[in-house]
Amino acid sequence: MNKPIRKIAVFCGILVIALLVRVNWVQFVQAEELSSSDKNRRVLIERYAHPRGDIIVEGKAVTGSTETDSRDFQYQRTYKDGAMWAPVTGHASVFNATMLEGVHDKILTGNDDRLFFNRTIDMITGKPMEGGNVVTTLNAAAQRAAFEGLGNKKGAVAAIDPRTGAILALASTPSYDPGSIVGNDAEASDNWVALNEDPDKPMLNRALRETYPPGSTFKVLTAAAALESGKYDIDEKSGIEDPYELPQTDKELSNFGNPPCDDATLRVALQFSCNATFAGISADLGNEEMKEMAEKFGYNEELFVPVRTAESVYPEDNAPQNAMAGIGQASNRATPLQIAMITAAIANDGKLMQPYMVDRLEGPRSVVEQNEPQEMGQPISASNAKKIQQMMETVVEDGTGTNGQIEGVTVGGKTGTAQRGVDNSETPYAWFISYAMTDNGSPVAVAVVVEDSDAERNEVSGGGLAAPIAKDVMRAVLEGRQ
Amino acid sequence: MSSNSTTGSTSTVSAGGLPSRRNTELGLLVFAVVIPVFAYANVGLAKNGTLPAGMIGYGLGLGLLAGVAHLLVRKFAPYADPLILPICTLLNGLGLVLIWRLDQEPGVRPENAAPGQLMWSALGVALFLAVLVFLKDHRILQRYTYISMAVALVLLALPMFFPPVNGAKIWVTIPGVGSLQPGEFAKIVITVFFAGYLMVKRDALALASRRFMGLYLPRGRDLGPILAIWALSLMILVFETDLGTSLLFFGMFVVMLYVATERTSWVLFGLLLSAAGAVVVASTTTHVQDRVDNWLNPLQLGANGGVTETAQVMYSFGSGGLFGSGLGEGFTRLIGGIAVKSDYILATVGEELGLTGMMAILVLYGLLIERGIRTALAARDPFGKLLAVGLSGAFAIQVFVVAGGVTALIPLTGMTMPFLAQGGSSVIANWALFAILLRISDTARRPAPAPAPNPDVEMTQVVRS
Repeated sequence: MNKPIRKIAVFCGILVIALLVRVNWVQFVQAEELSSSDKNRRVLIERYAHPRGDIIVEGKAVTGSTETDSRDFQYQRTYKDGAMWAPVTGHASVFNATMLEGVHDKILTGNDDRLFFNRTIDMITGKPMEGGNVVTTLNAAAQRAAFEGLGNKKGAVAAIDPRTGAILALASTPSYDPGSIVGNDAEASDNWVALNEDPDKPMLNRALRETYPPGSTFKVLTAAAALESGKYDIDEKSGIEDPYELPQTDKELSNFGNPPCDDATLRVALQFSCNATFAGISADLGNEEMKEMAEKFGYNEELFVPVRTAESVYPEDNAPQNAMAGIGQASNRATPLQIAMITAAIANDGKLMQPYMVDRLEGPRSVVEQNEPQEMGQPISASNAKKIQQMMETVVEDGTGTNGQIEGVTVGGKTGTAQRGVDNSETPYAWFISYAMTDNGSPVAVAVVVEDSDAERNEVSGGGLAAPIAKDVMRAVLEGRQ
Repeated sequence: MSSNSTTGSTSTVSAGGLPSRRNTELGLLVFAVVIPVFAYANVGLAKNGTLPAGMIGYGLGLGLLAGVAHLLVRKFAPYADPLILPICTLLNGLGLVLIWRLDQEPGVRPENAAPGQLMWSALGVALFLAVLVFLKDHRILQRYTYISMAVALVLLALPMFFPPVNGAKIWVTIPGVGSLQPGEFAKIVITVFFAGYLMVKRDALALASRRFMGLYLPRGRDLGPILAIWALSLMILVFETDLGTSLLFFGMFVVMLYVATERTSWVLFGLLLSAAGAVVVASTTTHVQDRVDNWLNPLQLGANGGVTETAQVMYSFGSGGLFGSGLGEGFTRLIGGIAVKSDYILATVGEELGLTGMMAILVLYGLLIERGIRTALAARDPFGKLLAVGLSGAFAIQVFVVAGGVTALIPLTGMTMPFLAQGGSSVIANWALFAILLRISDTARRPAPAPAPNPDVEMTQVVRS
């Protein structure tokens, strides 16, 4: 009977070898994939096993970590002024991590490869692992002004330092308190579900991730295209009639009231926000040239600041649609950040700086990464930029944007009231863009959009609703500089 | 007559005998006790930063058990295989540490299982010793062939009269004592029956067959028993939803049949029948279908959108990686459910001891199986050979089915990892199983008695000269 027993021995050997091969496959070949799977709760447990690094604004942390008595998660995130900073910080919870918390998760948890040296030292010296910090470019006073200015209205504010591209304020309302969903309990889950189901979408970052028709604020870009083309000049008659008949249609475009728009100069047209003039310019320059100019300012691509922004769209379109897009309507859609970038480029004499909100990443002992201002391009010449500045300053001194005036400071601005809905049936969006000018160039450019408000629809206007917010933000930045 | 047989003993195999290797066993036993004690200290340091209070007691207890076992083996089975007792002790000791380690995790049920397991282990070793002391010769078991069959059937049928525990009717609940899995004991008893039955019938099965398409097909009346056992194992599965046990019995029967008859056609028949059975069962039983689904897509989310137990087990293995997180520092409690300490104990090994520890454990099981089959090769009587190969084969199949199921090599079936997993019946039955193997190996390796100076022989010689 020994012959079959030997064969059984071989068979049993094969069984054991099959097991050995299998465990090698699972624990060696597949190990990385399994251990880092987002369904593997160990990833989350590890993430919260150490105090997380902080997100810092003007030297003060707007986040924190507290130790909990939860079984899985030793530390829990805390937020100061959570609702105000939510569009910047996002949240780091068991559900996910968003905005800066998500983008720089590895630095904050301390797992970034660039912190390897630190981790090794900590391991040798027996110190608990520490996360790194994310130091932002934001201006706390400006952020507060933006957030409080929006109040309980739905809307967003984006403010940039035109000289560097540093983002100074990024507000979005209605907002949410990230601290309400970071716990590991039923309450946090309930809050998470409620936030996701809220029709007002409080977790949407309207400053970066929502696109709106920019309305009349886009006219400054159309004006820039007009000047760059060389066919128009600031104080020359445009030769465009009011009302203006849209190309290939019999639809006429004009303004409410009776502004002096017929054959207006660019300065006058911007001062009174003449639809006819700018639609005419857009139609005259053509879709391709308009699109090209919009793209020079950052349209039609996602930006990473380093949080991803939505793509602002200036589409390839037919003539009548293109004419409408030239006054910020039709399928022209932009994020508040994009509109702030246009304003900033004009305020910075035509030079567009790459917007960014992280100044540096700090490890526990050293700076891991230092961001420097970067030029994104020069969409228009300095002289043309200065001309548009003059036009925008006229708007604030003596046009639709008088609500943006600040005593003793030169302010340029532009209002916008973006119509929406079929035949303009819904409450329009109120826009205001502006920049403040000092002897040292412009320290702040801001874009404000208010989605809807309690105001009656015919009272909604950029000058009335949005300009005071922009003014407060600018003032906060200016006062901080003194 | 007796004097004749003594004088005829010139043909005895190797009268000098093999070395007893008892000192090898003692040396290995020291390791088998020291390694779990270190592991115990390791868990204490990882969980609380101090050496656990019970460490000395645990070490002394395990050492005492191993020492008594060794002394009794020395006395009652001096030529037994020297590897089997140390490996069983090491696996049992590590199992206790793993269960005690999981006891530290709140919410892992059943709570505080280590003391119970220690008691069952002590009972297991006691049964092991009882077998060695009272079973002087394994051939005595041959007398109980048909009684064994009856006992096995009773043991198998018993759980049908008890309420199902966690969906499987494989438990007998005795108030005050706890739950027992009679299937574990039936495994041994039925091997005794198979060995006794096949020893008698092997010639009929092997020779009375017809040639058909190059294969020797057995006659219908000889095919009867295998069909009956096949049907029985399927019935166990259907009534008790116990895929593992039915596979184990059937596989063991085919292995023993093949060894007894030396006919490959039996193996082919066995494979065909089990394949047919598997297809029928898999396509009719939802319980089995779920298991197959989980096996094919182990990482798929559950019906409620949560991570399934199967996926959690895979994550445990993956997170363990090459060297593991260290004892006490893993998160196998995430597996949840009721089987973390029993069916899924290997997941804790994989996560906390890593691929290295996992391979070490599997190699230990491989060694045990190999020692068992070696015993079968060395045994001199066909009953001993069949019994040894049946017991080792059953053990091998059980290890493969459990470890393969947990690592998603094959569909998962609820069985316990011998010695490691928490479960009283399992640890007792496996100690008894290896006691029988030790007894067979002792008989096999024992030198034949030397031709002693015999008064009768003396007299004959005197007459001759």
